[in-house]
Order: sequence, then structure tokens, then C-alpha cells
Amino acid sequence: MGKVEIDVAYVAHLARLELNDGEAEAFQGQLDGVLGHIAALGRLDLEGIEPTAHAAPIHNVFRADEPRESVPESDALANAPLAANGLFITPKIVE
Amino acid sequence: MSLPLESVAALRAQLRAGEIRPRDIVAAIRERVEAHNPALNAYVHTDWDAACAEADRADIALPLGGIPVAIKDVIAVRGQPCTCGSGILQGHRSIYDATVIRKLRGAGAIPAGRVNMDEFAMGSSNENSYYGPCRNPWDTSRAPGGSSGGSAAAVAGGLAVVALGSDTGGSIRQPASFCGCVGLKPTYGRVSRFGLVAFASSLDQIGPLAHNVEDAALILGAISGHDPSDCTSVDRPVPDFAASLEGGVKGLKFGVPKEYFIPGMDPAVERAVRGAIDHLAREGAEIIDISLPHTEYAIASYYIIAPAEASSNLARFDGVRYGHRAKDPADVIDCYARTRREGFGSEVKRRILLGTYVLSSGYYDAYYLRAQKVRTLIRRDFDRAFASCDAILTPTAPSPAFRLGEKLDDPISMYLGDVFTIAVNMAGTCGISVPCGFADEGGGRLPIGLQIIGRPFGESTILRAAHHYERTTPWHRERPPI
Amino acid sequence: MKTDYEPVIGLEVHCQVRTRSKMFCGCRTGFGESPNALTCPVCLGHPGVLPVPNREAIVRTIQTGLLLGCQIDEYCKFDRKNYFYPDMPKNYQISQYDMPLCRGGGVTLDRFSFPKDAQDSPEASARKRVHLTRIHLEEDVAKSTHFDTTSGIDFNRAGTPLMEIVTEADIASPEEAFAFLTALRLILVQAGVSDADMEKGQLRCDCNVSVRPRGQKAFGTKCEIKNMNSISGVRRALAYEIARQIEVVSAGGRITQETRRWDDDIGQTSTMRSKEEAHDYRYFPDPDLMPIRTTDGLLEEARARLIELPGARADRYTRDLGVTEYDASVLASDPHLARFFEAAASGASNPKGIANFLLNDLLSALASSEKALSECPVQPADLRELVGLIDAGRINSKQAKEVFREMFETGAAPAAIVRAKGLEQVSDTGAIEALARQVIGAHPGPVQDVRDGKASALNFLTGQVMKLSKGKANPKLASEIIARMIKGDPLVR
Ligand SMILES: [Zn+2]
Repeated sequence: MGKVEIDVAYVAHLARLELNDGEAEAFQGQLDGVLGHIAALGRLDLEGIEPTAHAAPIHNVFRADEPRESVPESDALANAPLAANGLFITPKIVE
Repeated sequence: MSLPLESVAALRAQLRAGEIRPRDIVAAIRERVEAHNPALNAYVHTDWDAACAEADRADIALPLGGIPVAIKDVIAVRGQPCTCGSGILQGHRSIYDATVIRKLRGAGAIPAGRVNMDEFAMGSSNENSYYGPCRNPWDTSRAPGGSSGGSAAAVAGGLAVVALGSDTGGSIRQPASFCGCVGLKPTYGRVSRFGLVAFASSLDQIGPLAHNVEDAALILGAISGHDPSDCTSVDRPVPDFAASLEGGVKGLKFGVPKEYFIPGMDPAVERAVRGAIDHLAREGAEIIDISLPHTEYAIASYYIIAPAEASSNLARFDGVRYGHRAKDPADVIDCYARTRREGFGSEVKRRILLGTYVLSSGYYDAYYLRAQKVRTLIRRDFDRAFASCDAILTPTAPSPAFRLGEKLDDPISMYLGDVFTIAVNMAGTCGISVPCGFADEGGGRLPIGLQIIGRPFGESTILRAAHHYERTTPWHRERPPI
Repeated sequence: MKTDYEPVIGLEVHCQVRTRSKMFCGCRTGFGESPNALTCPVCLGHPGVLPVPNREAIVRTIQTGLLLGCQIDEYCKFDRKNYFYPDMPKNYQISQYDMPLCRGGGVTLDRFSFPKDAQDSPEASARKRVHLTRIHLEEDVAKSTHFDTTSGIDFNRAGTPLMEIVTEADIASPEEAFAFLTALRLILVQAGVSDADMEKGQLRCDCNVSVRPRGQKAFGTKCEIKNMNSISGVRRALAYEIARQIEVVSAGGRITQETRRWDDDIGQTSTMRSKEEAHDYRYFPDPDLMPIRTTDGLLEEARARLIELPGARADRYTRDLGVTEYDASVLASDPHLARFFEAAASGASNPKGIANFLLNDLLSALASSEKALSECPVQPADLRELVGLIDAGRINSKQAKEVFREMFETGAAPAAIVRAKGLEQVSDTGAIEALARQVIGAHPGPVQDVRDGKASALNFLTGQVMKLSKGKANPKLASEIIARMIKGDPLVR
């Protein structure tokens, strides 16, 4: 991990995040600084170390295939910014 | 009428004696909130009528019967706003109850009021809130800590009996330390996360903030336990925490890690924590030196894992199904991008960008995978340490509460303030912060916290140690000047 | 000389796993409900919710893998695939990245999976195996409906368990693609892992196709045809797209890598997205879900549910039971039919005859009475008995049809019908001898002809006996008796 510069515009687009004026520049410096700090991890020899994805080493946590009540439509759509005929409405999706 | 709002046990005694009714407690809280919340900004939403109605139905025979609990604005309560201190969730009301809420109600408690926080629990000062900063009751020009700043300030300021917070890298313990109350982060998997709006799923855990260790134990007992709705909750028996408080510290062996007493830490903090360690030694505990050698890498790996998970967890805030939506979007992408620009604050944006970056094509192995391996090393540090001691004593934070605005433009310095709490989340174990003294700052006094870190699922041990410490020291009886 | 081009095709098949509830929440899986009626905070991606995997979906996916000869690894996991789309409740899809439930495997293309008009081609009898890359389990997205300026989203389908079955670039023609999908669909339905109802969108397919000069190793530039939902449509779309690509490259042009859509009404593919946005899905292990260990009961349970594949079953009918290849493939392709046949053929001396009677008489009777096989009034054992009566010479095939009609109407056993109708052939030697004596006495001329060795005369005399018996006499027996009486008894005149 050498010196890294984050491509703020690319990453912001991936995250569907428009930035306010000046934010891109401010974030560039701050995030490069954070990545510089993170680069310290490069000093560690991690050969043969297993990654930890979960704090507790358990597996096979499932539920049985048993249907449960769904919520009433009024709940499902209660928070919708825009809804009509039981559907959530968005600007037209162009494939 | 003055009620003993600083003790669940005392309130319960009065309730059972028929001297007060649950709604009297709600009314007393309300009075305090109306008097002091304008200065503290701890509560962001209250519905006292609903709380009173629920209080009237409360069964006082239950362990927490009739006790109101302030809820961090990141935990879902059906019908109540759940905005995570964010603009993007303005107007959103939960359509379901979090498991901890169901459990609290099952124990007779009343979820009453939603308290301030850093937006989506990202921050250590509560300054990253859509509702403006919450303030420290000991000095309102200072931060209450974060992200559960509202929970800590409400409890410490006497605006709540107890509160729920959430802790991803220190978000319960650090504000408890800054505000001079007790805060406990349970072992990962001890408490269900169902209904806790996720920041970093592999690190988040809900826990109590309280005036004293006994109250924290009561709340922890009520909210703990396996939940089939949360795959990461662990199926193991929940001890009676409140019943195991007695027993003292004689025979307990505490480790003191050299990596937690670093150059540049506040001398008042070091003095207070060293004093606490000496006190415990005098009380009969054995103190040994230990080492947690990978401590210095905890922050770096945390600032990969937490933002990475957050970038994915926060993708759902897009203005389609709930929350804020930008006006007159040109198309779907414009709708997303502007909704999220308008809805999220700077710190959230910063972490989404960082997290998106470390997961993006070609960087996964260098960042996320690497951080997960470092996590293994940090966990092993703790495993090794707990082979030779029962609990670990450290400062909770390297300094007392800092001034609002002091670190706002310096994210790295803000991040480094979590140096003593983050490793506990990375290792997935438990920790508690208890008041252990004060720093004199400009004519006022600022609380300092002692952190006691326990083995995974070793909450009983740290509660017992904290309880003994509390009972034999005066700090928790001190009240802020509000 | 004109260059000869060959197509290279790979398929990604999305198939709904048959479960009662969704993949990560308890909402019912269903079709045709009113919009957003089958939703909850989990499948709407509300703040704070967590997924809990449906065990049944995992077992059925492993079961599919075992049926298709896949390798099932001990450890598997769920990952998040991050991309923004309004039909995705969380803007990430829970899927599997580098540790899927199944790897490898394949589907053998049998002749009768090919389209009817291609079943006689050499590729239809090549018994080619199309290899799979992997099968993984993921959650389906919501359904969007498009209006003038807006789109509407219905999350009922969101969170339905979906298997993604990915083939190698192994398929060499639209007909092979057709045969692959037909054979695969049959296996999925028979195993009960999916209803694979294409009209309900339970089986959808993306086709990757490129062309290259025959003999060339390197692949040409591929196009992806998205979201196909009929098998014959896949064949038509691929045929069109291959012809289009060959035309472009033959004229010296270049194929641009793009996503195309198929319009079945006008019979053309067209560009859907030409400038592909670089996909950067930021896969990482889902921290909300624990790893899967298949050796902890899952594999065992999937194994216990294994069925015989239709191809193997057809082979067995041909090899062990002497059924014709065509009859065997028809019987094997329908599990109910196969079950009926096997019950009828069990312990029978002539399974081939049973297959024949089943596929002709019984199926047409069902068809004309609009009954399903499950409502068939004729029991498999009765069919076996009926064919046994024919084989034993106790009724002839014309009588058999009459008996069968009665069986189908009343559900009665064949022997009882034969008795009641007095249909049984008379095989009582004494009775036939009496009739024969009568006939021999009445026809001295033909009797002399028989003595002279004229075969036709014996037939005439037999016919006379049959007439006297009103058709009930066993003709073979009657003929033997007449011959014996004439040749063996000089007193007979
Ligand atoms: Zn659901």
C-alpha cells in the first residue's frame, strides 16, 4: 500500500452521491489523509492469518420455510414519498 | 414532588409501595426535559401523551415495570419517528418494533422519547446531527461525546432514568465517560440488532446507559438473549446480571495493557485511571501488566471495515420507499444522487466515499480482507490477555469532553479519540465505562471514565467489578451543574 | 471461399426455487396478489431489519446441484452485490460471490429435448453434455411497471429465492440452447425444486452469444440478450442474433459488446445498453449472515431427496423393460406418467405392451374426457391385468378395447367385466370339440381338402367354429382341435 489517492468523482458516482460545492476538494484531502493513516496496516505480516468476518464463530443459522403474515398495504406504503395504486412511484426507469 | 430519577431500584420501591404511579415518573421526566432540553438538545422527539398512556398500562410487578427508557434515534419503535439524526429520514416512522423494544416492554418498561445522536451513529461528538449538537450537561460548550451523545446527556443531566445507546467503536462508552454516567457495550451477539439501523453490522451492538451499574445490569438483563430474527445473535443463556453484582473484587485479576497509556494522553485522565487501578488493588484485586500488541492497528482496520459496511448499509436510503426525496428529479439516477446529497451530512458522506472506495474493484484484498485479518490479530491479543486475567482496565477515552467545534474539521484527530474503545468492538467482546474522577477545566469539572473490558460473554464479571468500584468511590454521586 | 462461422453460446438461467416463504423473510411467495401485499419491513429494506435465510431454499439448491452432478463445497457464504436500482429494496442484492453452493456439473441433451423439427439431426443424437460453471442462490428483485413519465414498483416478488444456473460457453446452436433449457426445466420440475413456470417469470434466461470462424480458438465479441422468458423465444432470438453477427463480421464489420433485448413480435434483437457502465459490484461477505456449512445436515437432507433424472429413467425403460426409445422418453418426461407406468409394469411380463396401451388408449381416453392422470379411474394394476388377459389369449385385442372402455367408465376390474359380458374366449376343449364335430360333419368337402393339406380349408373350418361360438372360442385352440380331429381320427368323416 503505497501512496494512494482516492478518485472521489468515481467513488461518489458508484455511491450515487452528488457532492455539494467544495465538498469534493475537502473530502479529497481528508480521505487521502485517512488512507495515509490506514497504510500503516501495510507494515503487518499477515501471511497465513485467517480473516475474521464475524465476531462469533457460528454457522448455519436459518429459519424454517414457514410463511408469516405480511404487513398491511397501508404500512408498506406509509412512508413512501410517492405512491399510487398500491405501487411505489419513481421517476421513469430507463433500462 | 421530587422523584429519585437516578435509580431504578428506588423508583421501583416507591412504585411498589404505591407512593407513585408510572405516569408520575413520565411527568417528572417531562418536567426535566421541558426545563433543560433547550440547553442540552438531548431529546429530538417526544410524545408524552403516548408515554403516559403506556405508563398507565404498565405492569409494575415486572422487573422494569413502569420505568421509562430514553431510546437512541437509531432503534425502531413502531409508530414513532426513527431518523438516525439524519435529514434523509425526516418524516420516517417505523412500521415495526426492534427486538430490544419488544423485550423492554415485556419487562414492563416504557420506551419514552428519542434521543440525539451523530448521524447514523457516525461520530464521537454528537455534532454530526441533523438536529444540531447535543451538549454536555457538565459544560454546555462541550461535546457530550458520541455517537450516543443524547443518551448520555439525557441520563447525566437527569432527563432520563436510563437510556439505550448503540456502540460500534465506542459510541456508548465514550459519551458515558464524557458525561459521567455508566455505559455498557455488550458482547457482540448478546443483544439482538433487529431494529437497530445498521452502521457497521459486524461491530454494532445495543447497550444501556445509566446512572449506576445496577441499573445498567437491569436493562442489560431485559434486552439480552437470542433472537431468531438476528442471525448474529448468539444462542446462549443470559445470566441474572443484577443478581451477580455482589461479590467484590477480591480474587479478581485485572490486566493493565501498556499500549493504553500513551504519550499525549490527558494527564488528568491518566491520573484518574491510575488512581482507580490502585483503588481496586487496595480493595483486594490483583493487578498485572499485560500487552495488547496490535492496539495501534485497531483504528486503521476499523476505518476500513466500518465505512465499508456502512457504504452498503446506507445504500437503501434512496428516496424510493421512505425518507427524503429530492424535488423534481430529472431521472432515477438524479433522484438518487440529489436525494442523498440533500439528505446526508458531511461525515456520513465522507464515510460512504471511504467505504465505497475500499470495496471498489481491485482494492478489496488490499483493504477489506487485510483489515479482517488484522481483526483476527486483535482478537488473538484479547484471547491471550484473558488467559492470564479476568478483565482489563483502561481509560475509556484519552481526554475528557472536548469543546464543540474543536475537532470538526479534523476527522483524523476525531477518529483517533476512539483509540481505547475500538479494539473491543473489533474483538467482539464487552466493555463498561464507569465514572472514575474529574478533570478541572477552566473553573469547571469534567468527568473521566474507567473502562473495564471483559471476556466475550463475561458481562457479569465486569458488572461486578464496576459495581464494587462504584460502591467504594464517590464519583457516581456527583451531579452536573445544570 | 466464404468463411464458415460458428456461434458460441453461454446461458445464465434464473430460476425461482419452490418455497412457501421468501428467501430472507416470512412473506409468502405468490403470484397475482395485489401490489405490495406480500411485503414486510425485511423485503422492503426498511431501516434496521435483518435477513434470516430460508433453509428449504438452500437444501433445494444443493439438491439441484447434486442432480446436475455439481460439486458441493463444505463451506459456502452469502455476499452482498452492491448496485443501485429502484427494484432493489436495499440497493444491494444478497447473492453468492466466490463460495457458491454448487460448482461444475452439467446437463446431458437427449434427443427428445430438441425442438421437434430438429430431433432427427445428428446433434440431437449426440448426447452432448452442456457443462455448468456454478449454481448460486440469491434473492429476486421487485417488479417495475412503466408509465409515461414514471415507473411503479411492486415488491411482492422482491426476496423470492432465486437459483442462478450459469453454463460454460458450451452451447453451439440455438437448438442446443433449446434442448438445454427443456432438459433443465424438466429436471427442475421433476425434482420439485422449482415450478419453473415461464409465464409467471419463474424461469428467466440471459443469453451470451458470439460468433467466430470455425476452427478459431479465440472467442468473438459477445452480446448479451437479457431477460428471455420462453424457451422457443430463446431459440428464435439466438438464431436471429447469430445471423446478425455473421452478417456484420462477414461484411468486415465489428461486433460491439452490448446488452440487447429480443422483441418476439417483430422477431429482432435491438440494442438495450450500448455503452456498458463498468460493473463495480463491490462484493463483500454479508456481515448479517453466518457462513453455511453444507456437511452439517444440509447435504444429507438434499441427498435423501434425490430423484432419478428423466434421461436416466428413459434409458432404464428401454434397456431393462424393452420399451421403445420414443415411448420411454415420453413416459420418463412426466413424473406422474412414469409413476403410473412403473406401478403398472411392476411384475408384468410385457411392459412394452403396457407402455403401448398406456400411451395410446389410456392417454386418449383421458384427453377426450378432459381428466388428469391423477383422476384416472383405471388403476395401474388393472391395466396390467388387462394386458395380461390379451397376452394369455383370453381376450383378443378388439375385445380388450371394449373391456377398457368399460373399465374407464366404471372403474371395474377387467376380469369382472369379461365375465359379466361373457366376453371370455372359450378355451374349454370339450366345448370346442363338440362344435368342431358339428362343423366337420356339415362340411365334408373342406374336410377332405384339409386331409389333402390345403391350409385355407382349415381356416374355413375354424371360421365356422368361431361363428357357432359367436366369436367366443379361442381361435388358435379351435384350429388345433379341428386339425387333430381330422388327421388323428379316421372315423371322422
Ligand atoms: Zn417480507
